[in-house]
Amino acid sequence: MSEQHTFQLDGEEIPFAAGQTIMQAAQAAGKYIPHLCWHPEFKPHGSCKLCTVKVNGRFGSSCTMEASAGQNVENRTPELDDKRRTLLQLLFVEGNHFCPSCEKSGNCLLQATAYELGMMTPHFDHFYPDRPVDASHPDVMLDFNRCILCSLCVQASELADKKFVFVMGGRGMRGRKIILNSESGRLADTDFSVEDRAASICPVGVILKKRVGFAVPYGERTYDQAPVSAVEVAK
Amino acid sequence: MPFELETAPHPEKLKRVAIEPVSRVEGHGKVTILLDDANKVQQVRLHIVEFRGFEKFIEGRPFWEVPVMVQRLCGICPVSHHLAASKAMDQIVGATLTPTAEKIRRLMHYGQILQSHALHFFHLSSPDLLFGFGADVATRNIVGVAAAQPEIAKMGVLLRKYGQEVIRMTSGKRVHGTGSIPGGVNKSLYPEERAALLKDIYQMVAWSRDAVHLIKGLFEKNLEQYNAFGRFAAHTMNLVRADGAMDLYHGGLRARRADGSTLFDHFDYGRYWDVITEDVKSWSYMKFPFFNAMGNSDEGWYRVGPLTRVTQSDFIPTPLADKERQEFMTFDNGSATGATLGYHWARMIEMLHAAEALKDLLHDDDISGRELMATGQRQERGVGVIEAPRGTLIHHYRADENDQVIRANLIVSTTHNNQAMNEAIRVVAKQYLDGKELTEGLLNHIEVAIRCFDPCLSCATHALGQMPLDVELVAADGTMLDRVLRDMHGVCVRE
Repeated sequence: MSEQHTFQLDGEEIPFAAGQTIMQAAQAAGKYIPHLCWHPEFKPHGSCKLCTVKVNGRFGSSCTMEASAGQNVENRTPELDDKRRTLLQLLFVEGNHFCPSCEKSGNCLLQATAYELGMMTPHFDHFYPDRPVDASHPDVMLDFNRCILCSLCVQASELADKKFVFVMGGRGMRGRKIILNSESGRLADTDFSVEDRAASICPVGVILKKRVGFAVPYGERTYDQAPVSAVEVAK
Repeated sequence: MPFELETAPHPEKLKRVAIEPVSRVEGHGKVTILLDDANKVQQVRLHIVEFRGFEKFIEGRPFWEVPVMVQRLCGICPVSHHLAASKAMDQIVGATLTPTAEKIRRLMHYGQILQSHALHFFHLSSPDLLFGFGADVATRNIVGVAAAQPEIAKMGVLLRKYGQEVIRMTSGKRVHGTGSIPGGVNKSLYPEERAALLKDIYQMVAWSRDAVHLIKGLFEKNLEQYNAFGRFAAHTMNLVRADGAMDLYHGGLRARRADGSTLFDHFDYGRYWDVITEDVKSWSYMKFPFFNAMGNSDEGWYRVGPLTRVTQSDFIPTPLADKERQEFMTFDNGSATGATLGYHWARMIEMLHAAEALKDLLHDDDISGRELMATGQRQERGVGVIEAPRGTLIHHYRADENDQVIRANLIVSTTHNNQAMNEAIRVVAKQYLDGKELTEGLLNHIEVAIRCFDPCLSCATHALGQMPLDVELVAADGTMLDRVLRDMHGVCVRE
């Protein structure tokens, strides 16, 4: 009879299977670890750092760190949530996130996570970057003002759609960006389709299906029904 | 029509009195009054000192985002911008609304009229009307009204609350909802929402009628003062239904000259620029629209809003409001129809109409229908016009083949009333201030005149790149050292 492996997450015993990450095991146990760039369909890459936990007193990304027996994992502690709030504030000021007129509002993982973690102000000075809107495609619009560089669109296009429409390019805080795989750099000149997995993967309001914005009324949007901590563990 | 007191010949030699900010109005503005040594008024101007820029920064945004974004112009009448933009976008998507969509939008709009008119009359203007224009400033406010006449204050608060609830149920939020979208609405009324609104609507109709009688009583009590206060003649413009009835949601444009003759009637607002042009002046961020037929803003300015709508519509299509309209029109041989304070009376008649229209809609099963959206042939241009609480509101957009807005123009209710407000305060300045030692109470008369129009100054200032500037460098002794003028085309000239 094989021994049941467990680790402790905020004092609770969490079972895990061999090879599972801390995030996967927590998710399977219905425990929410805040995250933005992690998605259960794709390989984790630990870039947003929001899922950082303390494992036996040391920081680590729960989406990439394998679970092992006897680990003592701290997750929703005031210290960690405070750092997560700071990371969120940095993301908000690096882009142009105007929730009041954004059609993703209520369905936005960034916004919902900020609510979950009690982010009340951006705190830092806004960058107000000058980023393009690509509305060239007949069915989908790209508003890079809201991009948080989670790269889920890159993975979805490559792994699920086998199209390589999006790639991560550039360097540095202001230079890093999503680049489109066409000579013109426009979405209309790629083989992207509104039916692609990548068309519905964006956790924020960058990749938007055209002409359907605001069709869902208040009260019926994803995070009107339940907070992100409940919605994400139900995935 | 000459603009006496707009510009004094030698302003540098005059005393300057500023009312800044103008209080109990929406947005930020100031009034400057220039007086000579004998305290004679030489110049009076209402300045709009804030700047918004909406028309510019919605360029490049997707058209379906516009009704949600532009309503942020205002926190009091966002529904008007939400609906005017939606009406324009209906044309861009080529949609003819379903009965449910149109009735839900009307419900939202009448809720807005109810709450905005209640807010303005009870919270902002009733202190002047109940206590007197020059009453003690410590009590001349809504808290003073609540202490002296709690039933009136309560009525105002609950009327506004009801209107806000209608807006919440139709748009999702009391302020800045998302209910109206290009081609329709995103929800109809749930049965429990309809039942909740029906429960109180008869009380709202009764209170609205009481409010009409309240202002009528004040007119009767102060007949001479109310008739003369800030009185001036003006051309008018409003939307009317095809049969000439008041319609605050949709219709054709009707314009009449100050003498009552018709300038145009049932004009298709989709080509509003054929009849209206906007002028600019160097001392205000707000434009000065005028009728093209009159040639310029000096001759062609006009007024809009409740007083115009009530007096220039042939009838009001709800019985109680129409009965009150008839009394208003014949009161003292029609004197109130040209009185600046008549705006308040007309506003309360409209509030009664809104309550009655809500009652009728709440009994219409279409408001719980499931057909919410319509589509059609895509168009490049859309013009949406609505009668907002403060007057005719024009939204005009063009969207390119990628669905991005490439041009926007808004002519907001308060902008139409720009010259009219300036006229009113100049008349009041001559009536009450000329040759007197100025006091707070006297200066409040100027604000009372402005409040008649219920201006929304934040809505009314949003142009970018077209405003002329007049920069003067004046020495301590009043000598002009330098002056640079920039015209509306951006050309600078040094005088």
